Amino acid sequence: MNFDLTDDQRAIQRTAGEFLAARYKPEELRRLALEEERGFTDEQWKAIAELGWPGLVVSEAHGGLGLGIVELVVVQEQLGYALAPTPFLSDVGAALLLEAGGEDETAAEYLPGVATGERRGTVAVWDADAGWSPTHSALVPGGEDGQPTLTGTKVAVADAAAADFIVVSGADGRHFVVDAGASGLEIEATEALDPTRRLYSVSLSETPARELSLAPEARRRAYEALTTALAAESVGVAQRAMEMATEYAKERQQFGRPIGAYQAISHPCAQMLLETEGARSVTLYAAWALDHEPDTSQLAAAMAKSYAGEAGWRVTAAALQVHGGIGFTFEHDLHFFLKRARANLHAFGDSRWHRRRVADLAGV
Amino acid sequence: MDLTLSPQEEAFRDELRGWLDEHHPGAEPEGDEAGFEFRRSWQKTLHQAGWAGVSWPKEYGGRGASLIEQAIYNEEVTRAKAPAAVNVLGLAMGGPTVIAHGSEEQRKRYLEPILSAEEIWCQGFSEPESGSDLASLKTKAERHGDEWVVTGQKVWTTLAHHAKWCMLVARTDPDAPKHQGLTYFLMDMDQDAVQVRPLAQITGEAEFNELFLEEARIPHANIVGGEGNGWPVAITTLMHERATLAFGLQIQVKIALGELMEKARSTTVNGGSAAEDEIIRDRLAQLYIESEVLRLNAYRGLTHTMKHGVPGPEGSLGKWQWADVNQALTELALDIAGPQALLRSDDWTYRFLRARANSIEGGTTEILKNIVAERVLGLPRLR
Ligand SMILES: Cc1cc2nc3c(=O)[nH]c(=O)nc-3n(C[C@H](O)[C@H](O)[C@H](O)COP(=O)(O)OP(=O)(O)OC[C@H]3O[C@@H](n4cnc5c(N)ncnc54)[C@H](O)[C@@H]3O)c2cc1C
Repeated sequence: MNFDLTDDQRAIQRTAGEFLAARYKPEELRRLALEEERGFTDEQWKAIAELGWPGLVVSEAHGGLGLGIVELVVVQEQLGYALAPTPFLSDVGAALLLEAGGEDETAAEYLPGVATGERRGTVAVWDADAGWSPTHSALVPGGEDGQPTLTGTKVAVADAAAADFIVVSGADGRHFVVDAGASGLEIEATEALDPTRRLYSVSLSETPARELSLAPEARRRAYEALTTALAAESVGVAQRAMEMATEYAKERQQFGRPIGAYQAISHPCAQMLLETEGARSVTLYAAWALDHEPDTSQLAAAMAKSYAGEAGWRVTAAALQVHGGIGFTFEHDLHFFLKRARANLHAFGDSRWHRRRVADLAGV
Repeated sequence: MDLTLSPQEEAFRDELRGWLDEHHPGAEPEGDEAGFEFRRSWQKTLHQAGWAGVSWPKEYGGRGASLIEQAIYNEEVTRAKAPAAVNVLGLAMGGPTVIAHGSEEQRKRYLEPILSAEEIWCQGFSEPESGSDLASLKTKAERHGDEWVVTGQKVWTTLAHHAKWCMLVARTDPDAPKHQGLTYFLMDMDQDAVQVRPLAQITGEAEFNELFLEEARIPHANIVGGEGNGWPVAITTLMHERATLAFGLQIQVKIALGELMEKARSTTVNGGSAAEDEIIRDRLAQLYIESEVLRLNAYRGLTHTMKHGVPGPEGSLGKWQWADVNQALTELALDIAGPQALLRSDDWTYRFLRARANSIEGGTTEILKNIVAERVLGLPRLR
């Protein structure tokens, strides 16, 4: 029994932390979020590709690194900590679903390009009138057998304008791959709660698509890995917000002493630590289970997404309160963290949705 | 990362599991006295088989178990619903303190009877005027030749009515700064100068007591860790107390949650089972997650302690979080019971009331938050 990361995993963690701290300073994060159309630059993507991250979850057979979900969450936590705007997670989501296709021809065709970072993907899940479920869609393909076409609208698709292909979910858990530039495909930028992750509305009108053959088990695992990665991002976001709050509580003086000396400030800071560490423990556990214990991974992933989603939100909200008025200004960086945390809570099934799964799986 | 048990850990678990299967003494009899004697005899059985004080070094009668094995021990004993060993304070706190700070002679004298439950221990720290601010305590000890004469009052002393030995912290130097004038004694409870008066708790039972000390005598040789050095010794005791509460009891929470889920399935509310009620389901799921987080934090803390020798920041959070979860769980039990909650119809009423102490005993939640804020996050102290 050992909860420690391996030396290799630690090396990945260190590299990621240093890389992101050097390249995604707060000014750059702000510039990307507010000025850069796609929210990232080609050079930045190239640098990420050089680290091998796009191929992290792609199997070696398809030209990737074939690493595990533990490695993925290690990187994701650092990305959350830096709040680096990047299409990485969208791309990973697409890669996970393609990998879940196993021997699938389309997967085999797309994955080598994904592994090197030359081909970027994203995942389109929610119908315009979607419910909570990350996998529930009413989209039914038309067209001829073997040459399906899709018609419908997907909302809140991350990084769609920067994607070379989109993995689209349909009714009955079916999934399709649509190429950028396919006929009838329209991608429209939408305003998002979180300005550090670009969201689009994607409409399809008799758009040609290729179906991915996905076994239900494999599909489920891909989504669990994706939600666990999202949970890890929230852990990083919470860690950073907690550090910002405690630093501020040490510096800021009111009534002749640092505000951190008041328990109405210090106890919420302690609570931030409790929730951040708890979120980290359960997320690491879920990642490990996805790699090593398929039987418990469903439950573990649902717990991680629910707990880390809420922890991210509560920690950033409390951190804002600790900052007082300055925390409410656009000029301060904290709101970017708060918005990402809240967005993560809702994405790919909100905390309540995942708790419902916990109840089912734990036999309540 | 590897969250499975090693072959050695599995062997440890299987051996214990087999032994528990064979020796489980059945259900505890009713009544405080009968229950006490039942648990005392159970601890004797444990000790004879080498299953008492598993974390203690072998040379002092323990099993020298690793931290993970101790965790497995807690899980297995709880899962088997085996009774608790009777001498909880001696096993979890007194013994480890003597092992850490006592002389070789003291270890020889005191440890064995703790394991065998021949001598029960209690903890005389808190006083009417000194609870959270323990270092302000006033019970005074004066030296008369080879003896110390102790006068004062202690309160909330769990098990004092059964105890032979009391871990007593008293002020030996009234002129020294408050943390430095304290000394840690082992006081014989068998003397007229020590009066024990039971205190009824909100549950109706009397687990704890008041102690009145009127010139009680303690031989000089019964000082642990040296005169004037009582504070760090007392901290050792408290650290063991919190670790036990956090670790030993997280598994109890899981078991209680299992029972609560069963109760929810078998209780009818508004024409359906309580487990189908959306809100109750959501709260059960949340508790399930939190109890898992409690367990995972505990294991992560163990990994850290094994690697670095000291607990990481996660460690100090466990007792606090356990109290939160256990209180929420027992509150939900009453919510599930519906109008039956008005009655004292089953064990949940007791558990619900007893849980109110969880955020007070062994250091209040507020004090634990202070510790986390100051020591882990480095926030300024209030004073
Ligand atoms: C079931 C049970 C068993 C016990 N067994 C034992 C035992 O065997 N031996 C023993 O010595 N003691 C025992 N105790 C005593 C226990 O350790 C104390 O009750 C505890 O330390 C709190 O002290 P107090 O009750 O005097 O409360 P106080 O210290 O007076 O606290 C009252 C309230 O003020 C808050 N408070 C105090 N100081 C601060 C601060 N600095 N910042 C913020 N809030 C603060 C507390 O959190 C609490 O909410 C037991 C208690 C219980 C409930």
